[in-house]
Amino acid sequence: MSTTIRIPSLLRTLCGGSSTVAVEADTVGNALFELECRHPGFGERLFDGDGRLRRHVNVFVDDEDIRHLHGLATTLAADTTISIIPAIAGG
Amino acid sequence: MPDISALRCRECARTFELVDLHVCDFCLGPLEVVYDYERVASRMGRASVAGGPRSLWRYRDLLPVDAEAAVDLGAGCTPLVRAERLGAQLGLRELWIKNDTVNPTGSFKDRVVSVALTKARQLGYKVAACASTGNLASAVAAHAAWAGMDSVVLVPRDLERAKIQMASVYGGRVIAVDGTYDDVNRLCAELAGEFATWAFVNVNLRAYYAEGSKTLAFEICEQLDWEVPDHVVVPIASGSQLTKVKKGFDEFGLVGLVTGAGRVRVSGAQALGCSPVATAHAAGSDEIVPVRPHTVAKSLAIGNPADGYYALQAIAETGGGCAAVTDDAILEAIRLLARTEGIFAETAGGVTIASLLQLVEDGTIAPHERVVAIVTGHGLKTVEALSDRLEVAPAIPPTLDAFCELVEGLDEATPLAVGGRS
Repeated sequence: MSTTIRIPSLLRTLCGGSSTVAVEADTVGNALFELECRHPGFGERLFDGDGRLRRHVNVFVDDEDIRHLHGLATTLAADTTISIIPAIAGG
Repeated sequence: MPDISALRCRECARTFELVDLHVCDFCLGPLEVVYDYERVASRMGRASVAGGPRSLWRYRDLLPVDAEAAVDLGAGCTPLVRAERLGAQLGLRELWIKNDTVNPTGSFKDRVVSVALTKARQLGYKVAACASTGNLASAVAAHAAWAGMDSVVLVPRDLERAKIQMASVYGGRVIAVDGTYDDVNRLCAELAGEFATWAFVNVNLRAYYAEGSKTLAFEICEQLDWEVPDHVVVPIASGSQLTKVKKGFDEFGLVGLVTGAGRVRVSGAQALGCSPVATAHAAGSDEIVPVRPHTVAKSLAIGNPADGYYALQAIAETGGGCAAVTDDAILEAIRLLARTEGIFAETAGGVTIASLLQLVEDGTIAPHERVVAIVTGHGLKTVEALSDRLEVAPAIPPTLDAFCELVEGLDEATPLAVGGRS
């Protein structure tokens, strides 16, 4: 089950400048864990000390915010795209 | 002033110079401008402010850009109106309306855009862009036109017609996106990463942009003869404006321009159909749960407010409240404000006034308080929202007889001769 993770431009230095990273995972949480395993540094940036996703980090599965789904436990179908987008815009 | 300010991450507190950075490069947290207040105090006084230009640039010492080359269409210095009729109706001793409908493009967004595009020009950007619920689009397009920049503004497709038409008049490109504002917002956050030469004012220039909203608080203090109000009611969309209004009062206290800044209570105003901050406040939670907006107040329809958490904190810290009002209450409040004070507000202003009513009714606002309600946009932008509620003007032949006949038939409850202001 291949999942594409789209990397925000500021964090691309962690993965050699790539805008996407492909991983094999069944949930969003596992996909992000896999990302950290391959490219150390993502974990401490995306998660707080308690292991929760930082509140200003928005994660989407295809076009849906995971907070509208099942958070990190959201399961991934085949060929989905996860986007990591900082919550900076608005109004 | 750029030489005495810096950027600091609100989450992990890393600091940066005033560079071209829109989120913390470690934790992606939002960046806040911090100042050396002792040095600001040494150069900023009541006289220096009063002698400044008649625009928000009179507060240049507390803005993070070089004001010498400001993109200035004259935003700011809007009237603070003593609302005697509306205040009396609500049982308030002292009510003021900050009438920000009279900015160059009819909303408070001119304040933030003036600051953002000034910075954008200094950083060498050529294209001004934004995600907008409507008001920002016109503000960006107009200021870009003035500055000789190209503009691209993205809006949700279901926006009020007048807002899309208005944004189109300034010569930039207006792109309507199938989806909610939150979808547009997300798209722009992604675009900002790809189109590095575009200045998305509320994305990659957000740290600078948001500072413009502080000038609302600065002006209110100056217009109250260098005193602070007891209570201010601010609409919440992304939560940035409310957060910055509080920061503005705090900063005027820090540099010694006013006393008692810490006592200003800040209350939020949301539409019930998009009230994630009010919901969290009512539940005593510090977690903002995103919603799918469904409200007539499209300019406030942000279901996933980036600064919602900080707005919630500001409300809690100051002992304010947060109202959530129905579409019906919003539209009635627009008419109430127009009929009592002669100010025609867009739906966001209706949210502010309807929330003011609710906060008075539930006791959050006390009758003796000096209250300021911030009305942020002009009613002509959303006039279609009222189309079902306004009487159709009667048409008559141009004769004396026809006029007299019409007037005789008028209901006594709406006499032509009404009393003047006392």
